[in-house]
Amino acid sequence: MIERTPILNAVTHGLMLIGLVLAALPIYIVFVASTHDLHAVNQVPMSLYPGTHMVENYSKVWEKSQFGDKMLNSLIVAVGVTVGKVLIAAISAYSIVFFRYRMRMVFFWLIFVTLMLPLEVRIVPTYAVASNLLDPFQTILGWTGLGLKLPEVNLLNTYTGLILPLVATATGTFLYRQFFLTIPNELVEAAKMDGAGPLRFFWEILLPLSRTNMAALATIMFVYAWNQYLWPLLITTDQSKATATMMLQKIVPGPLFGQPPIWNEAMAATLLVMVPPLLVVIFMQGYFVRGLIATDK
Amino acid sequence: MDQRATFSNLWLAGALIAPQLLLVFLFFYWPASQAVYWAFTTQPPFGGTNDWVGFQNFQQIFTDRVYWNSVVVSIIFAFFSTSLSIGMALLFALFVDRQLKGYKAYRFIYFWPYAIAAPAVGLAFRFIFAPDAGFVSAINTISPNLWNPAFNGTDAMILIVLANSWKMMAYNFIFFLAGLQAIPRALIEAAAMDGSSVLRRARDIQLPLLAPTLFFLLVINITETFVDSFGIVDITTGGGPARATDLMVYKIYSDGFKGLDYSMAAAQSIVLMGLVIGLTFIQFRYVEKRIHYK
Amino acid sequence: MSTISIKGVHKSYGRNPVVKGVDLEIATGEFMVVLGPSGCGKSTLLRMIAGLEAITAGDIAIGGRVVNQLEPRERGCAMVFQNYALYPHMTVAENIGYALKVAGLGKAERLERVAAIAKTVGLEDFLERRPGELSGGQRQRVAMGRAMIREPQVFLFDEPLSNLDAKLRVQMRIEIRKLHNRLKTTSVFVTHDQVEAMTLADRLVVMNAGRIEQIGTPEEVYRAPATRFVAGFIGSPAMNLIEGEALGPSEVGFGSVRLAVAHTGLQPGQRVVIGIRAEDCVATAAATNTLPVAVDFCEELGSARLLHGQADGRDFVVQVPGGAGGLRMGHHVFTVAPNAVHLFDTQSGMRIADTPDALSAAA
Repeated sequence: MIERTPILNAVTHGLMLIGLVLAALPIYIVFVASTHDLHAVNQVPMSLYPGTHMVENYSKVWEKSQFGDKMLNSLIVAVGVTVGKVLIAAISAYSIVFFRYRMRMVFFWLIFVTLMLPLEVRIVPTYAVASNLLDPFQTILGWTGLGLKLPEVNLLNTYTGLILPLVATATGTFLYRQFFLTIPNELVEAAKMDGAGPLRFFWEILLPLSRTNMAALATIMFVYAWNQYLWPLLITTDQSKATATMMLQKIVPGPLFGQPPIWNEAMAATLLVMVPPLLVVIFMQGYFVRGLIATDK
Repeated sequence: MDQRATFSNLWLAGALIAPQLLLVFLFFYWPASQAVYWAFTTQPPFGGTNDWVGFQNFQQIFTDRVYWNSVVVSIIFAFFSTSLSIGMALLFALFVDRQLKGYKAYRFIYFWPYAIAAPAVGLAFRFIFAPDAGFVSAINTISPNLWNPAFNGTDAMILIVLANSWKMMAYNFIFFLAGLQAIPRALIEAAAMDGSSVLRRARDIQLPLLAPTLFFLLVINITETFVDSFGIVDITTGGGPARATDLMVYKIYSDGFKGLDYSMAAAQSIVLMGLVIGLTFIQFRYVEKRIHYK
Repeated sequence: MSTISIKGVHKSYGRNPVVKGVDLEIATGEFMVVLGPSGCGKSTLLRMIAGLEAITAGDIAIGGRVVNQLEPRERGCAMVFQNYALYPHMTVAENIGYALKVAGLGKAERLERVAAIAKTVGLEDFLERRPGELSGGQRQRVAMGRAMIREPQVFLFDEPLSNLDAKLRVQMRIEIRKLHNRLKTTSVFVTHDQVEAMTLADRLVVMNAGRIEQIGTPEEVYRAPATRFVAGFIGSPAMNLIEGEALGPSEVGFGSVRLAVAHTGLQPGQRVVIGIRAEDCVATAAATNTLPVAVDFCEELGSARLLHGQADGRDFVVQVPGGAGGLRMGHHVFTVAPNAVHLFDTQSGMRIADTPDALSAAA
């Protein structure tokens, strides 16, 4: 459309540039701060030109807190959650959309409701379950009077314990369901006429068509899992299982203690924590916007 | 007939949905019911089964000034953070939607804050707004302690509002942009032929058609400020100074894990749960019905 | 190759009946077209044959075997869908060969058969393309190839030409018919387009509101429509249908118009629906047995012309030869041969039978 609005355009450009600065500046500042030495970083205002101490700061942080191991832990957890979620949500949504049984909508709502209550609100009892996974069943068995004694499964300080509760959320199921609902009926019928059963249809036809969706979900889940803070803090007391993001709390003195952090090292750690999900998002950005549009209400 | 084509193997259907249901039971419904149980009981000091106390725990928290402080703090936080992040996101979405030169780069970068962990955001902002480092404290040269989030409750609140908004802005931006791009170009062109200018179109066409997205994001954002803001608070202000940023969710954590008072923490969790469920309910039932123009 | 036997078949969705008692026998190798307007139940009937819809009551037998409880793949039918339903992520070759893959056929044999079929439908050069890269007609042919490769007992077509542009539709129609002449597989073809039905069918079934109105060859259905509905549905332009009454044992009329008919034994005063095809009207200078038409609108068809107007206040269409000297706007007088006037009972819509003499005269 031809529309001449030079002033408005100039203003828009200006405002967008300001927005760009707002969005990118904090990230840039973190980067710059991580390249200064202690003296330079504590200058007020800090110089916006990168310093020369980058390698020094990063090696110090890497060694002091064994950051390499922590990043690896974060990676394991993030990948575990992503893979688990992408698969489990797919089969759950498949069951809900492509089969007809009375409990179908009940199950859907049961899963959907969990979207409304994130971990932080049920943190304490979830911790209790993680410390003994089979405890709920034990309690239920107790009600029925059966004397069965189930083994104790302690998930504290384990990768399983870090991963499983995060896989339990409903985001993925909802996303897949919205997408599956757009698959034309005729495609299912053609497959049936060709002799394909439900598993074949799922694996050879439905999943290949869901690639964009899966990429979007994988991105969301990776970022979500990598950025988890509260849950890893609670469930790992053994430092060998700590994740990178939770380390941020360990690296700086608490805000109520009045002692300032060692800013250049803190910022180096912050950048290390920021980079992987940022990279994932940057790579997947094309897929991501498409995936969100498909699920937008 | 609008019926979906389906498969008939119901055992398979059950097997497919079982894993998620199991996880949801173990990590959601069971803990939630435990929380309810603890909220209505207290733990005896020397062990044994809990005593049923009815609403006593709730009474206790509702008469606790510290609790109400956290409620007020949470509401202030919710209000300012949501207004800021939604307002700004909407503006930037409208700008980027015009598809002026270079808009793809803007869209690309506006989104990055979403990928950054809450504590990382918190730490970055804690640095930028630190009383003795960073940038903002430069104004302290005019007059000492003009800016000090370690001592001034309002400054601390501003800090967490800014940090949270920065992150949520990216999330809202994407949804608004998607919503704007879902508006058929034909509508915009028709309005242009009717003589409507860019600003007018934004007001008369785009905003009303964005209403569903707006309300959706409103609920998501408000919920998020009540529930997801733990990371930012823990790392920037720790709930202080003097409980100026003691959000409800933070208090639950403090009482539960640090104070080991599970019953109180559970009761507070129930109240928070009720709040979130209520908000979501309002969105589904009341607002969506009136706003959708189909 | 099989016969299809449909006996007393009903289909209801909850309390909503969609197919209300259909009896139909389809002979081996026959090309049967099911024709009707949207919502008449024709697609539902087809899908019940395929096994994609459950049968509420009645029996369907293919090749003598009752198939009510059988899954689609067990029935020996192949289906071509309205929107082709091609697998978007597979190549043409993979789409066509999918059923064979499911059946467990080895790769080499599969490729061979796919190549053969591709040749039959003219897609040998497109085997590695994806559906998204093909035109409508090409996609249609992939869909047919996919059905053909299974060498089924029955071909089912669910309005496969509806999504094609007019010219392509004509072309594909011919190809489908030629294919049938070659393969001679029993086929059931559903459409709402009566031209398609007339040109493709060995026999056709006209359906309306869940019931069969008439079964017959295209000629029979055209010449002697069994109900008012069939009369108005078949033929383009649609037959003129006017409510009138019998004026004598062999005479009917409406308003000031009086026409002689081939029927005998009509009761004077009997309410009838008078059906006259546009092309059965002939211009005349006679004084009696005439149909005056005030024409206010002409549609030029090239070889013919359609004159739209009023006959004694009722809408009426007449088809006349085209060309420079033909009739156009204004008042014209026509006549109709007595055996070209169709009569239907006003209440039931059923055809009022011509006398045996009249029928043979028209043959």
